[in-house]
Amino acid sequence: MNPLKHFLLELQEVTGLLWRVLKGLRKRPRYFAEMIQQMDQVGVGSLGIVVLTGFFTGGVLILQAYPTLQYYGAQSNAGQGVATSLIRELGPVLTALMVAGRVGSSISAELGSMVVSQQIEAMRALGTSPARKLVTPRLVALLVCLPLLTIAADFFGLLGGGIVANQIYGLDTNVYISSVRTGTDINALITGVIKPIFFGLIIGLVSCHKGLTTKGGTVGVGVSTTQAVVISSICIIISDFFLSKVLQSLMGTTLF
Amino acid sequence: MFEDITVSNGSGMNGNGARVPVAPRPAIEFRNVDLAFDDQVILSDVSFCVGRGETRFVLGGSGTGKSTVIKLILGLIKPDAGKIFVEGEDITEFDDVELMRIRKKIGMVFQEGALFDSLSVYENVAYRLHEAGVDEDEVEHEVRRMLQFVDLEDAIDKMPIELSGGMRRRVGIARALVGDPNIVLFDEPTAGLDPPTARTICELAIKLRDIEDVSSIFVTHEMNNLDYISSEYAVIDREGKVQYEFAGETYCLLNTKVMMLLKGDIWFTGRGEELKASQDNYIRKFINGK
Repeated sequence: MNPLKHFLLELQEVTGLLWRVLKGLRKRPRYFAEMIQQMDQVGVGSLGIVVLTGFFTGGVLILQAYPTLQYYGAQSNAGQGVATSLIRELGPVLTALMVAGRVGSSISAELGSMVVSQQIEAMRALGTSPARKLVTPRLVALLVCLPLLTIAADFFGLLGGGIVANQIYGLDTNVYISSVRTGTDINALITGVIKPIFFGLIIGLVSCHKGLTTKGGTVGVGVSTTQAVVISSICIIISDFFLSKVLQSLMGTTLF
Repeated sequence: MFEDITVSNGSGMNGNGARVPVAPRPAIEFRNVDLAFDDQVILSDVSFCVGRGETRFVLGGSGTGKSTVIKLILGLIKPDAGKIFVEGEDITEFDDVELMRIRKKIGMVFQEGALFDSLSVYENVAYRLHEAGVDEDEVEHEVRRMLQFVDLEDAIDKMPIELSGGMRRRVGIARALVGDPNIVLFDEPTAGLDPPTARTICELAIKLRDIEDVSSIFVTHEMNNLDYISSEYAVIDREGKVQYEFAGETYCLLNTKVMMLLKGDIWFTGRGEELKASQDNYIRKFINGK
């Protein structure tokens, strides 16, 4: 099959899956218990890696940017730079990539294993829609948790940046905080929360679709898991550019 | 090749408005069903009926479309042409919601049991009832009844990983029987099992046919399954225990039929004895292995 046809076919299937999830949300049962369980796995389970990622990203940003800012005598603006890049771009994208790696792979592997062991067919045979029972709770959990995880990553990123600025370069904490507040406008915060919602949708749909279309036994589970992470990650990075452009047009440009 | 007899869905009235005897509505009916995947023909103009309380063996080598028959009945795949009736309802054009309703009337036993790994035996068997929001006391009563039927009550709290292959299939049967479905589909339920365990699974199928009056399709390629199920029947003795006795030919004629698939066609339809007496080369090779 030619690549364009294959891509359009996959897009059609993913859209169909989203449509079934949306249709299923109107009817009972709504599987609230599964949603809470998934939120625990997606949200609480990913908190540690997301906090670490945010902390060290904020730290390294200051580590690299401070000498240049100092050269131009603009070291008091260090916090502003970290806040803008973290809240608007790095926080949402890095959090989404970490979650795609940890949660996307797990979703795809779990659903793929269920496919090859006929558990998905059994579920259908027992009168349950896998889209409603398995996909909806995972998608809802990602849509709720990814923005919250991003906020956590942003906070710890700013904290990491502050510690590096203060401990390594001796920047006064109040100067740093004041600079961070200058870089944290409402547009940046809205942008930083809207992006993870789209990224959550991408991770959930791609991973569930790849898992549910697993073919070829246990080898197929490995293939679909790899594809879920790779495709989610590429889609996150590409869609980030277009989302940034659209949000910039709607809410104005950044200070830099 | 052999033709199958189609049971009529008669209206019950003749042209003069007088009542006439009506043939019972079949549990499952295929009418001129065609199915192909790309260029590979799976089923070609296949028609057959499974009556109420009847066990229909579907035999055939690998890749002859045996399991596809079951997937078509469940609506997991749709035929390219023809119609499929389940308890008189044409499911061919049903949407997902209507298919879910039909699937709830059918019990399905998978090759490896297909138990949900993350759920205990109790939760697996109770799955349908939990989905329907049934009261927990009633769920427990029903689960225990079903596990008693498959003689596995002791395993109620175990996880599927702790069970042997035969036990997994018996739990799969218990799960399929929750809600007392009128139709049960077996997809190679004895594949890879040792003979005594395979015999236990066959006894459950006999019990379902003779005591519960369940219609079933039994997909297999193992001839000893056919030997057991087409030559024995189950009765309840004075102490309330199930006994298996050898049947005469007339008994088997009533409720157990065999259908063999080859290259998308029904190659043979009839009784087990007729299959064994057949001189057809393919059938001889299938039975004797050479």
